[in-house]
Amino acid sequence: MLHSPVDRVAEATPRAIAKRFRGLSDRSLAWLFVAPTIVLLLAVNIFPLIWTIRLSFTNFRVNRPNAEVEFVGLKNYISILSDKDIWLTMQATAHFLIWTLVLQVLIGFALAYLINKKFRGNDLWTTIIVLPMMLSPAVVGNFWTFLYQPQIGLFNYAVGFLTGADPSSFSMIGDVTLAPWAIIIVDTWMWTPFVMLICLAGLRSIPDSIYEAAECDRASKWRQFWTITIPLVLPFLMLAVLFRGIENFKMFDLVVQLTGGGPGSITELTSINLKREAFEKWRTGYASAYAVILFVTVFGLASIYVKALNKVKQR
Amino acid sequence: MNFRHSKSLAAFAAMLAAGVAGTSHANAKDLTLCWAAWDPANALVELSKDFEAKSGVTMKFEFVPWPNFADRMLNELNSGGKLCDLMIGDSQWIGGAAENGQYVKLNDFFDKEGIKMDDFIPATVVGYAEWPKNSPNYWALPAFGDVVGWSYRKDWFERPELQAEFKQKYGRDLAVPKTFAELKDIAEFFQKREIDGKTVYGAAIYTERGSEGITMGVMDVLYSYGFQYENPDKPYELDGFVNSAKAVQGLEFYKQLYDCCTPPGHSDAYMSEDIDAYKSGQVALQMNFAFTWPGINADANVGGDKSGYFPNPAGPDGVAFAQLGGQGISVVSASEKKDDALAYIKWFAQPEIQQKWWQMGGYSALRKVVEDPGFATSQPYAQTFLDSMAIVKDFWAEPAYASLLQAAQKRFHDYVVAGQGSAQDALDGLAKDWTQVFDDDGKY
Repeated sequence: MLHSPVDRVAEATPRAIAKRFRGLSDRSLAWLFVAPTIVLLLAVNIFPLIWTIRLSFTNFRVNRPNAEVEFVGLKNYISILSDKDIWLTMQATAHFLIWTLVLQVLIGFALAYLINKKFRGNDLWTTIIVLPMMLSPAVVGNFWTFLYQPQIGLFNYAVGFLTGADPSSFSMIGDVTLAPWAIIIVDTWMWTPFVMLICLAGLRSIPDSIYEAAECDRASKWRQFWTITIPLVLPFLMLAVLFRGIENFKMFDLVVQLTGGGPGSITELTSINLKREAFEKWRTGYASAYAVILFVTVFGLASIYVKALNKVKQR
Repeated sequence: MNFRHSKSLAAFAAMLAAGVAGTSHANAKDLTLCWAAWDPANALVELSKDFEAKSGVTMKFEFVPWPNFADRMLNELNSGGKLCDLMIGDSQWIGGAAENGQYVKLNDFFDKEGIKMDDFIPATVVGYAEWPKNSPNYWALPAFGDVVGWSYRKDWFERPELQAEFKQKYGRDLAVPKTFAELKDIAEFFQKREIDGKTVYGAAIYTERGSEGITMGVMDVLYSYGFQYENPDKPYELDGFVNSAKAVQGLEFYKQLYDCCTPPGHSDAYMSEDIDAYKSGQVALQMNFAFTWPGINADANVGGDKSGYFPNPAGPDGVAFAQLGGQGISVVSASEKKDDALAYIKWFAQPEIQQKWWQMGGYSALRKVVEDPGFATSQPYAQTFLDSMAIVKDFWAEPAYASLLQAAQKRFHDYVVAGQGSAQDALDGLAKDWTQVFDDDGKY
């Protein structure tokens, strides 16, 4: 009599195959099944990482195959960390990261809160709001350059209409003070729906019974919001911040389409700067060190953040 | 195996063999030519039909838009890719491609086929074919002569009311500028002027940040102001030349021109943006490479008698230079079809093909074509092309050109468009950046 699915599978295994694997322990079999995945992971993730770390200590340039590759120790790391221009790109990235997160969390949560209310056309509005995140970043970047165009752009026209300013008197992507905000506006327009969806999932996971109990205790709506809604949605919100934070730290396509890193280097984020070093200047060793520094930074920040997230979830 | 099966197997093997043979035959008889995606490339597709008919080789083309052209093609060369058999690469790539063995050296081929570099415009030979510069080592055949020049709204210049107003304001006729100072006056005159009920602007110039745009524009002006890349007597000595007082004056001029006289939002403009600004009737003057002129001449809105062309005006000392564009055609070392690729170059170098090339919109660099008595009057822009090609200078073509270019892009855009620091700061910084690049390259 066959007792368990495992027994049934063992019985169903053809004798020739069973004979071949007889003598293998469960552990060995487990390794056998997992091995292809591990080999694949090593090949496409771990090996390139180790290779990049190795290259980061050399002066290797991929466009100079005949040149001698020298070990330069920490020179690449030192020159990156002491380069004023790289710190400026770090500042530009931090500015972009912080403001996009703040705006997307605030607007995304507010939208989720409104959408969570039961009203007619709720589903239609949800669909309309999430449309921007379904578009390709390259497409979004391209059409926002038209919207920002001083002479024909709708954005400038709208600002002119509301403020009375001449629409062609300012250029969102050509002005040093406006360009950083131009990229923040577009990223917020595109990705706020993502934060909204995660917040909506959080809001809908709160049982009505908790609010009913609070109503019985005569808790005001304001108090319910701060003591029930916010604490229970917070893990979801933090998750959204983590996802958006990682994405925006490596932001490239949208900003390249919009500003190309300009005017000057005002919107040159680290990923754009890294791409220029690696694939325009072809400083492969230097760019590898740069990539390692960025990797350690993201990994370190994300680890600290995930620990904080786990603590919030445990509360 | 019975007889029936063996017969089927044999038939299958024969079919397979025929298929394989057919495939290899097809591979041997096609060539891929890589270039930028622009009007001249379309003309080359048409021109190449003659080669296909004569040689039996099928031509394939890989055209990449200009902003991504260098990235895409240098990746291809650096990775030893076999996509391109023939490469019409930018003039600045020649040093790296030669030193890294990415292009086939063509001296023996030229000697064997009787192709003489003396038959081509000297500047194009130095710019597109030689490495090291001014040495008889050829890595390309000059394929497309190009240079930065200017197109202008001749119909606006000829309006009596505008001529009168200009003369009253500046004390001279509204005509093609002889100096950059005059050019700025004209651009200022047209800036935000109402013409036919539409607001127009002075000049569309290069300001692009991502690839090479602003560098091409700034250098185009700086040469005429006295900029020099290095000490003529001591190669790679940059300080005092790159950042000389004259160079600073030239860079200041470029910023003034950008600030005073460009259309709103013209902060990231290169060839296509300038063409758009000009063809849409937004600007009176347009800085652009000569390849744009046939398109302008044929344009329904600004073509024909409505536009004129002029070479770079002179700087304060009365000398004029212009930024070289254009490319040479090379055989890629990684290609497995070098013989066919060389056959294409041999076909392309023929005077009658070069003549046809010019007629179809390609700027031939063959002297027999451009020195023909009828050439200068063959198109409204032909004389301007000749005048401009006589005054060209080119950007660095060193193997480290990409690093040199990126440094220039950053320094120029930071100053001209973002308005950060002074022209002196920008050029001092550039001299420092370039010195560092050459130091890393072991030049000192």
